[in-house]
Amino acid sequence: MAAKHIDEVSGTETTGHEWDGIRELNTPLPHWWVLTFYACIVFAIGYVIAYPAIPLIHGATSGVLGWSSRGALQQSLAAAQAAQAGEVTKLTKLSLAEIKQNQALDQFAIAGGRSAFKVYCSQCHGSGAEGAKGYPNLNDDDWLWGGTPEAIMQTITHGIRYTADPDTRDSQMPSFGADQILTHEQIVQVVNYVLELSGQKHDAAAATAGKALFADNCAACHGANGKGNRDLGAPNLTDQIWLYSGTEKAIIAQITKPRHGVMPAWGGKLSVATIKELTLFVHSLGGGE
Amino acid sequence: MTTVYKDVDRIEADAVNKPEQRSLYAARVKVHPKRTHGTFRTLKWWVMAITLTIYYVTPWLRWDRGDFAPHQAVLVDLATRRFYFFFIEIWPQEFYFVGGLLVMAGVGLFLITSTVGRAWCGYTCPQTVWTDLFLVIERFVEGDRNARIKLDAAPWSFHKIALRSTKIAIWLLIAMATGGAWIFYFADAPTLAYNFFTLNAAPVAYSTVAVLTGTTFIFAGFMREQVCTYMCPWPRIQSAMLDEHSLVVTYNDWRGEPRGSQRDRRQHGETTYGDCIDCNLCVAVCPEGIDIRDGQQLECITCALCIDACNSVMEKIGKPRGLISYSTLSDYTAHEAGTRDPDQWPSFIRPRTFIYIFVWGMIGIGLLVLLVMRDRLDVNVLHDRNPLYVQLSDGNISNGYSVKILNKRTEPRTFRLSIEGLPGAVMYLAGSTKESNTGLNIDVGADRVRDIKVYVKMDPKRLKHRETDFRFVAVDINGGKSADRALTVAHFQRPPKQGNEE
Repeated sequence: MAAKHIDEVSGTETTGHEWDGIRELNTPLPHWWVLTFYACIVFAIGYVIAYPAIPLIHGATSGVLGWSSRGALQQSLAAAQAAQAGEVTKLTKLSLAEIKQNQALDQFAIAGGRSAFKVYCSQCHGSGAEGAKGYPNLNDDDWLWGGTPEAIMQTITHGIRYTADPDTRDSQMPSFGADQILTHEQIVQVVNYVLELSGQKHDAAAATAGKALFADNCAACHGANGKGNRDLGAPNLTDQIWLYSGTEKAIIAQITKPRHGVMPAWGGKLSVATIKELTLFVHSLGGGE
Repeated sequence: MTTVYKDVDRIEADAVNKPEQRSLYAARVKVHPKRTHGTFRTLKWWVMAITLTIYYVTPWLRWDRGDFAPHQAVLVDLATRRFYFFFIEIWPQEFYFVGGLLVMAGVGLFLITSTVGRAWCGYTCPQTVWTDLFLVIERFVEGDRNARIKLDAAPWSFHKIALRSTKIAIWLLIAMATGGAWIFYFADAPTLAYNFFTLNAAPVAYSTVAVLTGTTFIFAGFMREQVCTYMCPWPRIQSAMLDEHSLVVTYNDWRGEPRGSQRDRRQHGETTYGDCIDCNLCVAVCPEGIDIRDGQQLECITCALCIDACNSVMEKIGKPRGLISYSTLSDYTAHEAGTRDPDQWPSFIRPRTFIYIFVWGMIGIGLLVLLVMRDRLDVNVLHDRNPLYVQLSDGNISNGYSVKILNKRTEPRTFRLSIEGLPGAVMYLAGSTKESNTGLNIDVGADRVRDIKVYVKMDPKRLKHRETDFRFVAVDINGGKSADRALTVAHFQRPPKQGNEE
């Protein structure tokens, strides 16, 4: 190693490199910077020992503290569950009416239902429970199978036309057209009567003819006045809400070859508390009875 | 002049932070300020006593706010997001009051700096106050300047360790008290004090105290003038604030130069010397380690201790005080040219000062008016977006709203919530069958926000447009004629097409 070269102007040592007579000064790093750097090295060594750090072929070193991100998540989930345990036990034990009387518990249930709804129900009913064609809107005041908390809970627990559950809600509208129970002309007459029932534009003569056909073929389920029957899930035909649209064309299609929605039974899959949460959430949406 | 002054010894003091003595890479040289007595030192003792008293005592003041609010006079309640200052309570929505006060503080700082210079730095800045306090301890334990220099140079011995550890122990106690007082602004002080010492307080209380203890200990004990010189932006901003009419600590070299020490004066009897006898006392007392005789410098915090030091010397040698004095640049130049009466009071009356006072006063008046006029009731409305509207079986359309009623008084109140501007509409609460077109009574707890779900329904055929503006109005039903009233615009949405078409 060559002798140290000191720059005459600044009095600082140079690195010994020289380019065309220009020498690079070897300016020392600030003391605090060097100390911070050493402290970081010490910290890094400690970190590597304490936490998962060095990647190996099958995973990484686990670290003496045994920390893992999955474990941390499980811990915080367990902590959240423990924090909710009191409320959840109450939800499981108390009846829906009792829960509704306890304002704080009711709010807790609705909040829980809101988040469970996003996971289990929004696929069909929409994230705002607004429904779609063939999937009921849960915000409105029209209920196929009943809008009381008990009826809603029954529907969620056992589903609709869900054959795996013996207690499921079930009903079927005959295929009046496809099975040739009624002719197309007769169907059009019934449809005009239904349009009259719901206060829409219709052919008065056809509606009069349709009235008799309605009494013979439809009133058994939909009622003599067309107001429906919740025991059978038969829709109210006099209101403004139509599951499969209320135009003449759509009603003809539904009578000719009806479509039937299926809802799974959540009874075995979700806990009683979660089902009660969902029930109270749906009931709180504005149309609950 | 050959007079020789007795009782005035020359001190071998180096201005360690002289610009030309300071290399960027040289380690810091410790400053050992000597003790002074005098007008400004006394003033600084008083300012220190007052600022420290305010800091430590404020959280313990009580203020009766009735049954529904805390009784601490000054409290930043982060948990419930309220700020209490005596008779004023501020909600997060009213944070502009704090913003306005900060702007006022800024303009006030401009005003003070442009007139009396860096008075903030020299007297009231916490860095200055706590450094002063720490210096008192240092002087008490280790002695004054000379003793401290000697101790610094001395090898480690039992005596030195004893002195150092005593000093550090007292410093740590003060630092802990400083950090400890801070947390009392954020919770009920007596309760927190009890919990703190019984180890039941929140972890954040201990960590805050730990961090503030550390910063106080390091900043006031070890970093001192380096905080002002390297960390604080204010010395750099001040050059934009100071002008020729601002008071700065000035060495009046037109009077002092050529300076001559006692020995110089003895040896060169023929020379005419100025008033400065080069005793270096002004350098020895400077906490920033500068020589004020080099002129105005970035490091100078205008603590005026050199003025006290110099005045004491001038008195001893029978010269008029004020060789180093608070003086303006215009004064100084006038004296230098010999055109100014030396006792003239510097001019504070100039456009700049008036603009600052005007701006400061206008903001203050504006805040005061806002404070007196502000509502203690507010209504926030959030229209449901998913779904925007709901078709009801009777043909009506309903819209859902989250309505928040903010009762900012510390007493429970009942408000009548009604809608205006939507003829034929009725409103109802979620889970209630009671419909109303005139209004619903809503109870809101003291100093609370009540969040309620309100549905509004009406016949869409009565609506011309897809979206119609209307208003939610809340009125304090027991408020009499001048009842609190709040109003918020909301929208009612109907389907784009009428009828059953999707």
